[in-house]
Amino acid sequence: MHWINVPLLGVMLWSGLLIYWADDIYRAGIGDFTLFRFFPDWFYKLLNVPFRLAEGMAWHFLFAWLFTLNGALYVLYTAISGEWRYLVPTRRSFREAVQVMLHDLGIRKEPLPRRKFNGAQQIAYTGIVLAGAGSVVTGLAVYKPVQFGWLATLLGGYQPARLEHFALAIGYVLFFGIHITQVIRAGWNNLRAMVTGYEVVSTTGDAPNA
Amino acid sequence: MREPKGVEREIARKTRRAFLVGGIAAVAGGGGVEWLKSRPAEDGVAWPFREALRANESVARAYFEPARLSREYPVKQAEQPKANGDIGLDDDTIANWKLVLEAPRGRQELRLDAVQALPRVELTTELRCIEGWSTVVHWTGARFADFLARYAPEARPAGYVGLETPDGAYYVGLEMASALHPQTLLAYAMNGEPLTADHGAPLRLVTPVKYGIKNIKRIGRIRFTDNRPADYWAERGYDWYAGL
Repeated sequence: MHWINVPLLGVMLWSGLLIYWADDIYRAGIGDFTLFRFFPDWFYKLLNVPFRLAEGMAWHFLFAWLFTLNGALYVLYTAISGEWRYLVPTRRSFREAVQVMLHDLGIRKEPLPRRKFNGAQQIAYTGIVLAGAGSVVTGLAVYKPVQFGWLATLLGGYQPARLEHFALAIGYVLFFGIHITQVIRAGWNNLRAMVTGYEVVSTTGDAPNA
Repeated sequence: MREPKGVEREIARKTRRAFLVGGIAAVAGGGGVEWLKSRPAEDGVAWPFREALRANESVARAYFEPARLSREYPVKQAEQPKANGDIGLDDDTIANWKLVLEAPRGRQELRLDAVQALPRVELTTELRCIEGWSTVVHWTGARFADFLARYAPEARPAGYVGLETPDGAYYVGLEMASALHPQTLLAYAMNGEPLTADHGAPLRLVTPVKYGIKNIKRIGRIRFTDNRPADYWAERGYDWYAGL
């Protein structure tokens, strides 16, 4: 289900971009100063985005079902299998997350906790599941703002829901960037564990570089 | 305990199998996307997507509830919306404008005062464009439901309403439930002024349960059908339903 998410999220981001292009109003900046415009023309050209709104909507509203279904199944599996115990942050996760960050940035030398997921991972992986749920909810409010008017109101209105939906999409891209960097840094043994579902742990005392 | 050699072999076997399964899944997924993209188009979009849009429509129509209203705003929040499309808005069609109503009982030609004679409704709601933007607009008009009750009550059992511009260049279809929604208006004024030419003078449709593309400007002809009427943007890859 983790791996199914890769193409599903890919299609949702790509088709979402085709839709967003038709009214690309967001930017990062203060006042009149714009740091970054979502998105520059070269970016659209590079990805062949312009004038594909209808196509984007067609893909988005088919794959939204699959994305939602996959997410629901993932949460269900995690809950039933007991895997949630590894994933849901505890009180100490937040302190640990700071230590992990300092370690990863090379500031702190102490070794990381030897568990399946450390505090930073617990927060990130639970957060991304919640973000997925957020995308479904904000997406529904944008998709049917009258039939789900209460939802749109709860989210602050139609346009606010649209901004939230966009912000979550940007969040995925940032998550993906960090996630891939960390997977590369963690090395082969970790990637093998991600694919096979088994982690190889040496018993001769020589710890693998997980 | 197993021999280290056996363990090594087991690891290699599990790894090989997992990567093989993953590889096959990736190729199958890629093939699936290619297959989807290469299907013959139906009204501007590959048919599996057209089917999906129809399936979504069935769900939306089953869930639709006329009592659910688009949020209304104070009149002072109203703004001027973008005049986004000019298809079918040839200025020559304003002077001799009349509304042709093709009802089951017969054809009628109505003037604007026939609509203005109906109970006057003021509505300040968000006009939502399929592109993504929305504008709060204050409309004045008559409920489509009142119009139907007065001029073509026998058409109510029809499944759909088809509306088009006087020159027939732009046309939309609505299912009856949306047409009868209490916020679906035949509007003759926008933000307190009679409609301007680019906003559909003298009479346009306003329905916040649909994207702007269905809010047809300068209605020249209204008819009733049991099958889905042709729809300009639905023929160009968009969802026919376009409901909100």
